[in-house]
Amino acid sequence: MSPKVLDVRDLVTRFYTPEGVVHAVNGVTFDLNEGETLGIVGESGCGKSVTMLSMLRLIPEPPGKIERGKADFLGRDLLQLTRDEIRYVRGAQIAMIFQDPMTSLNPVMTIGKQVAEPMVEHLGMTEAQARDRSIELLGMVGIPNAKERLGDYPHQFSGGMRQRVMIATALSCNPQILIADEPTTALDVTIQAQIIDLVKELRDRLGMAVIWITHDLGIIAGLAERVVVMYAGYIVEHAAVKELYANPRHPYTIGLLGALPRVDGRHSRRLTNIVGRPPDLLQEPAYCPFAPRCPYADRGWLENPLLREVGPDHQIACWENVSKGVLKEEVAVRG
Amino acid sequence: MAENNTLVRVQGLKMYFPIMRGVLLRRAVGYVKAVDGISFDVKRGETFGLVGESGCGKTTTGRVILQLYRATEGVVEFDGNDLTQLRGEELRQLRPRMQMIFQDPYASLNPRMTVSELISEPMLIHTRMTRQERDKAVREMLELVGLNPKFERRYPHEFSGGQRQRVGFARALALNPQFIVCDEPISALDVSVQAQIVNLLEDLQEKFGLTYLFIAHDLSMVRHIATRVAVMYLGKIMELAPRNELYEDPLHPYTQALLSAVPVPDPAVEENRRRIILEGDVPSPSAPPPGCVFHTRCPIAIDICREVIPEWRQVLPNHHVACHRVDVTSGGKVA
Repeated sequence: MSPKVLDVRDLVTRFYTPEGVVHAVNGVTFDLNEGETLGIVGESGCGKSVTMLSMLRLIPEPPGKIERGKADFLGRDLLQLTRDEIRYVRGAQIAMIFQDPMTSLNPVMTIGKQVAEPMVEHLGMTEAQARDRSIELLGMVGIPNAKERLGDYPHQFSGGMRQRVMIATALSCNPQILIADEPTTALDVTIQAQIIDLVKELRDRLGMAVIWITHDLGIIAGLAERVVVMYAGYIVEHAAVKELYANPRHPYTIGLLGALPRVDGRHSRRLTNIVGRPPDLLQEPAYCPFAPRCPYADRGWLENPLLREVGPDHQIACWENVSKGVLKEEVAVRG
Repeated sequence: MAENNTLVRVQGLKMYFPIMRGVLLRRAVGYVKAVDGISFDVKRGETFGLVGESGCGKTTTGRVILQLYRATEGVVEFDGNDLTQLRGEELRQLRPRMQMIFQDPYASLNPRMTVSELISEPMLIHTRMTRQERDKAVREMLELVGLNPKFERRYPHEFSGGQRQRVGFARALALNPQFIVCDEPISALDVSVQAQIVNLLEDLQEKFGLTYLFIAHDLSMVRHIATRVAVMYLGKIMELAPRNELYEDPLHPYTQALLSAVPVPDPAVEENRRRIILEGDVPSPSAPPPGCVFHTRCPIAIDICREVIPEWRQVLPNHHVACHRVDVTSGGKVA
């Protein structure tokens, strides 16, 4: 087994807003091995991005507050680092790419400068060295005529090309971990395929670990080795990728997979209706957060289940013991 | 004349938007060829899927059909009437029979109108129903789309995205239309809510014998819901076939690449899938390439593709394609 590069334990993040306390992340625990790709799946508001941002201390404080937990990165707790230390980690060791490259690139700075900046800042390169390396990096991520395009601004690139520039910037200091937060959501499917291909290739070539956050269970199937499913700020299921898709055990995961049509059309049937919608995070649930939408909830109405082992490399946060075949019909009846 | 089972017939439809330059002497310096000569029929009671990447002209097509834009050229027949020739009152008479559902449930409902006002507005304009009749109809509509009739006095901001989309449906259905253009009705919604909405669309279709033009970029969902599917690229239809035929035996190299790029939520399938990665980006519709518009990204383009626009032809029963490389004699396979 490869050594761990990241070990997050019991992370809790809340936002203190005028409307009340938003329980965004409620005790999230996971780890990441060297060179591994971990998928984090969930719908909007499930806490997948806030988990990452908390880890990198990028949430605005206030209103946000990391209440407890730790995030060990190469033997140091990210949550205890000084400002300068965490700045270095973010710049050089754990890189992040975001959904919308137009808003995460600086519109009034040439892309040459943006790719070079972290290398000057964190690796102590001279402008000239950083410039040469930028040309190399932009070539590596597939920007044609990289040298001529250093002086161009982000708006002169297409969405897919901007995402490539983001990736070049992220990889400039050879990070150990790349966090990709829905980087292909704004892109067309053929461009999405290009970007996923690129990240896979770079991951294998550079040996970095990747955390890929998405709402799309399709992307994760071909990309990750392990998957974490989040709901309402909790991890509800955690399994090796094949195990998760072949044998999902949490009613939410089962519902999500049933709600997805497939382009290869193996399932020509009615889509699973997950009734209702995710809970209001303003209340700390005393019971299982999925109970109101779950056809199985029983003990879940009384107590919030903790993650438990249900097989090798497989954990769920559910009191019940359900499997795919049974649930489908039940949910269909309710829906 | 349209055949009896054809509800909508589109023939040689073009929609060019002028690019204007100059302040005093404003003149068109070019045209964005958003839709450039497309033809298809929509049969009564079917769901016709129109797919393609952003900027391919699918949304414009939907809008031109409903005469929200007036076509540059071509014919749009609705139940035998050529809509492009109708003006004012004549067109207004037909409007109740064709409706539209929009992509963004946050932008398509007037925030200052209550749900009741929103749904009764079309009745107020197009019918002579009394206040009482309208109020009764609103409550029936809400019930129909799965919303509590007690919500009739609420405003759009009080609803979630999925619920707003239901309000949009109720509004579209208020005049008992035959034909509904669904323009990306689910792409702004979370996966579990998408399934609810698609199921609702299917139920409504069955109940009222509705005909849908379903415009989407999500190829998996289109496979699930559509009976026939047309694939657009840069203002033109590349391929049109019955659903299963198109997904299982795509003939056009663009369709093949597009389908191969869609991830399948199943690691076992993903492992063995061969992706056709298209190089580069979609060219600008203001300067489409000569010959076949796809030739700049086509993996099998030859000289003729760069010069001659491929003919729109039927290569198999009900299976049309615009490609020089598809050979009719070899059963539609690439020559």
